[in-house]
Amino acid sequence: MGNSQSKIRVLIAKAGLDGHDRGAKVVARALRDAGMEVIYTGLRQTPEMITEAALQEDVHVVGLSILSGAHMTLVPKILKLLKEEGLDDTRLFLGGIIPDEDKPELTKLGVNGIYGPGTSTQTIIEDIQKACQ
Amino acid sequence: MPVTHSQAILNGERLALTRALTQVENNTAEGLEILEALFPHTGNAHLIGVTGAPGTGKSTLVNQLALTYRQSTDSSVPPRVAIVAVDPTSPFSGGALLGDRVRMQDLAGDPGIFIRSMASRGSLGGLAAATAGLVQVFDAAGFEIVIIETVGAGQAEVNIARLAHSTIVIEAPGLGDEIQTIKAGILEIADILVVNKSDKPGAENTLRGLRNMLTLAHPDGNHVNHHGQLMELDTDMDQTENGWIPYVLPTVATTGEGIPDLVNSLSEHYKYLKSSGIWQVREEKRLKNQLETLLGTALRSRWEKRISPDIYQAALAQVMKRELSPWRAVEKLILGAGL
Repeated sequence: MGNSQSKIRVLIAKAGLDGHDRGAKVVARALRDAGMEVIYTGLRQTPEMITEAALQEDVHVVGLSILSGAHMTLVPKILKLLKEEGLDDTRLFLGGIIPDEDKPELTKLGVNGIYGPGTSTQTIIEDIQKACQ
Repeated sequence: MPVTHSQAILNGERLALTRALTQVENNTAEGLEILEALFPHTGNAHLIGVTGAPGTGKSTLVNQLALTYRQSTDSSVPPRVAIVAVDPTSPFSGGALLGDRVRMQDLAGDPGIFIRSMASRGSLGGLAAATAGLVQVFDAAGFEIVIIETVGAGQAEVNIARLAHSTIVIEAPGLGDEIQTIKAGILEIADILVVNKSDKPGAENTLRGLRNMLTLAHPDGNHVNHHGQLMELDTDMDQTENGWIPYVLPTVATTGEGIPDLVNSLSEHYKYLKSSGIWQVREEKRLKNQLETLLGTALRSRWEKRISPDIYQAALAQVMKRELSPWRAVEKLILGAGL
């Protein structure tokens, strides 16, 4: 053990039933290259599984990828479960296909950032770093 | 009176546990305090190491192993299982992609299982510097089984054997010929050898190769078969821990085939360690190893605090000019720090 060191830990999860994880993998890789420790959980995660993994891994950030359109169901549920576990300080970031009209409500619920197709990974990296300062 | 952090861990609070793991992993003052408070409660868990080359199926096997432990029918209460899974840190960015959970989805939702991924953070040898600390936290928190999955290992990542009571080395068919089986290193540390993916072609050859290797390493009694003749050996059979001959087991981790046998072998090994007194020997080795590592780090950081950068730079410059040998320089730098 050298001097104390801490790293930004991020859980990348694919919530719900869609099986497209290319975006999640690209983001995971980019965050890794930015010096973060990225826990990748794979496909078809339920809100309960995501919350359990976030607790066990003690992550600063949960990055959700949702392309199925179920975000208005999944996101509130995950935020509620995180709170129940005492993980109020976990930041939630969302990527995927999220219609503009849903964004204000998601932000109000506590989502820290929402990213659609074409977002530069640099933007995501900077937003996460800022949120974790 | 508020419950202390370590008390909360002993009480089984998962949030306290996960936060403690982070503090210990980051080597903070709070983490050290927690380890200190928990230390008297450690020494009860069966520490199982799982190692092997990348892609041999370590995570999938760990998944099955944990599932089987949780379903074990013989004891009324199945043991609680903690998993520490180590993946490599990038030497370039310092980041890491920890993907072992992907193979452990079957374990979700079981409160008797706790999975923690950790990055190697620059440590060599297959583990992270803080892995032993994390294992101690789980041990104190009452997990009866702690499974430690190493970084995908090659030939020389043998640190796991110093940490675990029982070490499983996973091989897969087609990774090399018999010469690989007589090399020194990772195969020597196995208490149990597993040939995973044993439904693949070549599995028989791998199993046979490993069994042959074991006949050479652990001759039956003091005899070895040489050119069809049974020859007596006059080696000292009790060199180290030679009473245990490693099992060689075929498994298919994706389907769970062979896993019950593996669990049985592990509990046999556990009984063997306890009854032969080797448990104590390994505990002593493990704690000695930890003590020496801590001592080395402490001495180094004390030295770093005391040595002035000028003296260090001057010595380095002299070495560069070949005016001073590195060996003399070390002596000078230690004296220069007043140690």
